[in-house]
Amino acid sequence: MKKILSFTLNGEPCEVLCEDNRSLLDLIRDDLGLTGTKKGCEEAECGACTVMIDGRPVNSCATLAREVEGCEVLTVEGLAKDGKLTPLQKQFIDKWAFQCGYCTPGMIMSAKALLDHNPNPTEQEIREAIEGNLCRCTGYAKIVEAIQATAAEMAEMAAAQKGEV
Amino acid sequence: MVLPKFEYLAPTTLDEAMQLYNELGSGAKIMAGGTDIIPPMRDKAPGSKCDFLIDIKHVPGLDYIEYDEKQGLKIGCLTKLYDIQTSKLVREKNPAVAQAAKYVASTQIRHKGTMVGNICNASPSCDTAPILISCGAVAKVHGRDADRDLPLGEFFKGVKKTNLEPGEIVTGLVIPPLAEDECAAYIKFSVRKAMDLAIVGVAAWLKMDGKKVVDARITLGAVAITPVRAYNAEKALIGNEISDELLQKVGVAAMSDCKPISDVRASAEYRHDMVRVFTKRAIMKALEGYKEGEI
Ligand code: FES
Ligand code: FES
Repeated sequence: MKKILSFTLNGEPCEVLCEDNRSLLDLIRDDLGLTGTKKGCEEAECGACTVMIDGRPVNSCATLAREVEGCEVLTVEGLAKDGKLTPLQKQFIDKWAFQCGYCTPGMIMSAKALLDHNPNPTEQEIREAIEGNLCRCTGYAKIVEAIQATAAEMAEMAAAQKGEV
Repeated sequence: MVLPKFEYLAPTTLDEAMQLYNELGSGAKIMAGGTDIIPPMRDKAPGSKCDFLIDIKHVPGLDYIEYDEKQGLKIGCLTKLYDIQTSKLVREKNPAVAQAAKYVASTQIRHKGTMVGNICNASPSCDTAPILISCGAVAKVHGRDADRDLPLGEFFKGVKKTNLEPGEIVTGLVIPPLAEDECAAYIKFSVRKAMDLAIVGVAAWLKMDGKKVVDARITLGAVAITPVRAYNAEKALIGNEISDELLQKVGVAAMSDCKPISDVRASAEYRHDMVRVFTKRAIMKALEGYKEGEI
């Protein structure tokens, strides 16, 4: 039986009818049409389906849609504002941190979760943050570089802002 | 792939959860993070089917990390592995527990999965069980008629089987404090650093008097149908002074404490030999301790 599910999706309130056995991943992609979040393994192994729930990166394939009742869900579509990419997204492009791009949305969500609570991570911390995200084409070096460059850019921006005040 | 049909229930009090669990009987499952429930269900793995899924995430008061001088570390059944791994309190009071939490799966899974869920899933290669057993932890069990403390050493019955009675819920863990003269460590040996199961996992808890071992509890993971105590290794250790020779002997003794199988990760022979090596290393690690920032 379908029941109403309400939560916040990318900052907007969302109400949708959904079955108890619907995964969050299928809800996002098939019912809500946000296909940025990818389906790789559906086994909680590859990380392509990573989204953020209340600030935490999780595998949406291993999450029931019902679990996010009342929660804030953020997908890759919720990052850019008015067509303007975030520094993290831009750095992925500038540093050639993807090839086929299938792992990228998940990679970016994991990186965002890391940078949100640790703006100045070590390389080790970056590698640990993306340990649950598999990339089969780029190799991880460029991805790590993009995340490092983002951290540096944001530190610079913060310093500049402080200077202005 | 679509998940099999079930009804999802989200009680908001422990009483409500207990009532549902007891009324619905064997067709019901308790879920916290769900990371060990949802993927197997999708695969239609044996034992994964259920008619009712009782999500206890909305029950208040079960997500905590506390420390009590007498009882030690207390961890709630909704406390996520990531929060245990990164907890300053856990790292200070018993870093091996933080290390064990960090060994589980991936960052994403640890942001959802709980330590209590990890033990209730009762996988032979469960990463958090060996250190909990070695440290003498108990599970706080809430039953319909009575509550009880179930020592982790008596928790596991078989592959994916625990000694919980029908209708019982684990609400938390209590890990006794490490005294000045006690130390502990857990080492996992796996091919990959993340998203991999242990070939062998060894936890060591030691009580020392200078160089002499006064008491010891060694627990092996992934080398039998449940995590197992290495009693022969402990016997070889207790009452003796630490030396290379002794550790050699203890490692060999540990080999007789396990019954590993061959699988895609390693052959039984290899696991046997790695039990010897990693028992030594776990003891050395416990004695050496964890450095700041190491976990
Ligand atoms: S699709 Fe969810 S982890 Fe692979
Ligand atoms: S860019 Fe192809 S999988 Fe990562």
